[in-house]
Amino acid sequence: MSEVADVPVHMRRTAFDPTDELARRRAAAPVSRVTATMGQVRFPTWLVTRYDDVRAVLSDAVSFSNANEAVRAHVAAALGEETAARVELGGPSLLSYDPPRHTWLRRLVAPTFTVKRMYRLRHRVEAIVAEHLDAMEVKGGPIDLVEAFALPVPSLVICELLGVPYDDRAGFQRRGEAQLDLELDFAERRAVEEESRAYMAELVRRNRAHPGDNLLGTLVRDHGDELPDEELVSLGILLLVGGHETTANMLALGTLLLLRHPDQLALLRDDPGIADRAVEELMRYLSIVHTGIIRTAVKDVTIGGTVIKAGDAVAVSLPSANRDEAITDDPDVLDLTREPTSHVAFGHGNHHCLGAPLARLEMRVAFPALLRRFPGLRLAVPFEEIEFRSLSVVYGLQSLPVTW
Amino acid sequence: MRVDADRDVCIGAGNCVLTAPEVFDQAADGLVDVIDPEPAPHLEQSVRDAVVRCPSGAITVGGPGRPGS
Repeated sequence: MSEVADVPVHMRRTAFDPTDELARRRAAAPVSRVTATMGQVRFPTWLVTRYDDVRAVLSDAVSFSNANEAVRAHVAAALGEETAARVELGGPSLLSYDPPRHTWLRRLVAPTFTVKRMYRLRHRVEAIVAEHLDAMEVKGGPIDLVEAFALPVPSLVICELLGVPYDDRAGFQRRGEAQLDLELDFAERRAVEEESRAYMAELVRRNRAHPGDNLLGTLVRDHGDELPDEELVSLGILLLVGGHETTANMLALGTLLLLRHPDQLALLRDDPGIADRAVEELMRYLSIVHTGIIRTAVKDVTIGGTVIKAGDAVAVSLPSANRDEAITDDPDVLDLTREPTSHVAFGHGNHHCLGAPLARLEMRVAFPALLRRFPGLRLAVPFEEIEFRSLSVVYGLQSLPVTW
Repeated sequence: MRVDADRDVCIGAGNCVLTAPEVFDQAADGLVDVIDPEPAPHLEQSVRDAVVRCPSGAITVGGPGRPGS
């Protein structure tokens, strides 16, 4: 574990909350400088903390590029150009493309993630959730909820959707966690990225030969000529990692948060009708993605009264924005019955989470089902012993020992 | 209220369908389809929420729509 001092300001949390330092900056210095971390490299970036400013940055793809030029330049200065080519999870893809290339690729995958398509998956998600709850019941507590429920449920769902054999989960779960780990030095990152690309390249090759009834197969069948293997590999890695790491951490961290707020837990357990708004509130309150991709200003631009120069790195704090009073009253209070807010936990602008409808479905099904199956759910260790992931792109828990 | 959506801007995130399903749908290509361009007054707040939650800024509202709205 890293010492707190090593964790960048924008990634520090006190259990479920952004630190007071972020709230102070939001009030007094809404656009300020911080030092970001990637492997052994440290580099300066602007940190945008207010809700309106965060939305302004994320929705302005003309002024702010996702192409990682600022981060790449800092890594290149420290470790050379070849290493700098490896700053992107899975290689250049949706996350790091700007329009018009981003628009082109996003539209190829958009039909798979529509709200209606997700509604049709509901029964399958319910069945997967029930199977894992059955297995927990048979095994009995104490049990690690991450290993038994939070991680396998979204892993199996994205495997089926994408066309990844679930039997391969040990490998892709390990690689996914490593790829999001900002402590990983660049030699380790290179190794895990190469392993990850080799794995996905084999799945792409199989789908080229025999397109499956899944997203990889559909992309090959419908767009095989315009999508080179490299593009399919990068996209596949992004969807696989994005598809399980994020929801897994929301399920684990969200469950822990509810266990610490028994009145709120009871509301959701006893009235599944509030599941939709409860999930929005859990997303807003926890905001597990600290900043998303660090943008690069492509021209001088003023945000929150501060001039950001062309070439500067710009990070937006999603947890800070979601605790801004501009978004809702009493933003530091967890209230599962709160009128849904226009939070930015899924981001905003063109790079808004592609899988948001899937993540919402999974959480709307999983939280109430877990709480209703185990009404006596409780921690199996003292709260103080729970380990939080501090230097990952996605905040969350290493494990969550529970019993019932 | 008159509702318009720009399919050249839309990225198919689906937030509008979740927020105001009476007014918005997604076509087969995943992009927005305004199914009720002149929504009744009781739907106007959810349409305004959908405008704020649209990540790409594809939705615009203007007036007047149907008489009395």
